[in-house]
Amino acid sequence: MTRVGGIIFVVISSCLFFAAWGPAQAPNKMNIQIMDGQVRSAPSFLGTIVARLTYGDSVDVIKDEGAWKKVALRGGVQGWMHSSALTTKSIILKAGARNVQTSATGGEIALAGKGFSEEVEKKYKSLNRNLDYAWVDRMEKFQVSPEQMQAFLKEGGVTPAKGGVQ
Amino acid sequence: MKMKLIPLLLTAVMILASCQTLETATSIATTIGEGAGLVSSSQAESLRKTTKAVARSAEEFTPEQEYYVGRSVGAVVLAKYPAYDNGKINQYLNLIGQTLAQASDMPGIFGGYHFLILNSDDINAFATPSGLVFVTRGLLRCCRSEDALAAVLAHEVCHIELRHGMQAIEKARLTEALTTLAAESAKTFGSREVAALTETFGGTITDITKTMIDKGYSRSSEYDADNKAVELLKRVGYDPNGLVDMLVTMKKNLKAGGLDFAKTHPSPENRITEIQKDGFKYMAVKATAARQSRFQQALGNI
Repeated sequence: MTRVGGIIFVVISSCLFFAAWGPAQAPNKMNIQIMDGQVRSAPSFLGTIVARLTYGDSVDVIKDEGAWKKVALRGGVQGWMHSSALTTKSIILKAGARNVQTSATGGEIALAGKGFSEEVEKKYKSLNRNLDYAWVDRMEKFQVSPEQMQAFLKEGGVTPAKGGVQ
Repeated sequence: MKMKLIPLLLTAVMILASCQTLETATSIATTIGEGAGLVSSSQAESLRKTTKAVARSAEEFTPEQEYYVGRSVGAVVLAKYPAYDNGKINQYLNLIGQTLAQASDMPGIFGGYHFLILNSDDINAFATPSGLVFVTRGLLRCCRSEDALAAVLAHEVCHIELRHGMQAIEKARLTEALTTLAAESAKTFGSREVAALTETFGGTITDITKTMIDKGYSRSSEYDADNKAVELLKRVGYDPNGLVDMLVTMKKNLKAGGLDFAKTHPSPENRITEIQKDGFKYMAVKATAARQSRFQQALGNI
């Protein structure tokens, strides 16, 4: 009993050591945690979009600049992403039997479509028929492209602060 | 006994090579101990629970889960106030609001930011954790310039960035929600699990909407959102004096005893005082003729 306890202790403490030394995932790899991951030409909200990534895609982080990260995409394209779009967690879009055990362990893994999900919303909606999801769906379609933003700012003489752009 | 331990040690080495979290390792090691009959099942269970509790406190909602929370909070808002169905004006609002959101410290939000006018004379606005922002016609009437309108929208974006909505979830509920989510997330749901999760979900929505719609955030949360809004307006190139202008008009338009900003927000006078604390000196808003003209065209008759 004490020996087994000792072994468990060794496994746990070694794991802690290894976790501090380096995560299982390469340290510079990050994943897109939002639906529309915009990759821009410059570290600014004014930078033109050079690529778009989706939820669960991954990138290699080359360097940091404030809240922005220079990233490399599969295929060699490089650009800038805001750190709020990225996570170090592995995002599993479809949970299979293999990752069920590890997925329950939290911290480093996010299971897409689980927990508070479309399924739960559907159930909640069926229990609260007075709520208005139709307009929520409609307003989510209100989109403004970066080109429209640029033109709008220019037309109105709205000039972003130098150095204030992050 | 010694021979028995060799496979255990080998397994331990294998776990070390691939271990991702302390919890995984403990879980596997515990299972090994339990399987070998050296740790009783009740001991094993408590060992698992202890490690899980430690891991749980560090957990947060994923942006995807916040997205679903926010959608339902939005649906509650829209059950209280009807939408103002005017494509042109809503588009104008989104041009300003989405630009501000992109320039904010949190442009990356799961489903993006979207803005909608509510058809009400109340002076009110709401921002869901998922990036949905609602503003009443009554509040739009407090804006005399695009810079003032930008200030209203920037304030709401900053509530989202500062996570005031999610912070309104009661602590006990948060623990319950995160524990349920973690326990259930690995499984394929049966109807019982979905029902339990839906109850927790419903409680979460109630916590947020109660604070957001009925009680209001703390005064300091409102001042924080104002101060952050001033920074965001400057970053984009709007005149932060627009916020003061808007508050001056709001002071005139608010009706005492109203259940809108009159109840949920600090008074406009106090907000103006707070904004001007850090050396902010009011000057009349400077906007180009083109900016003022498009503002009048969009909101002149709101």
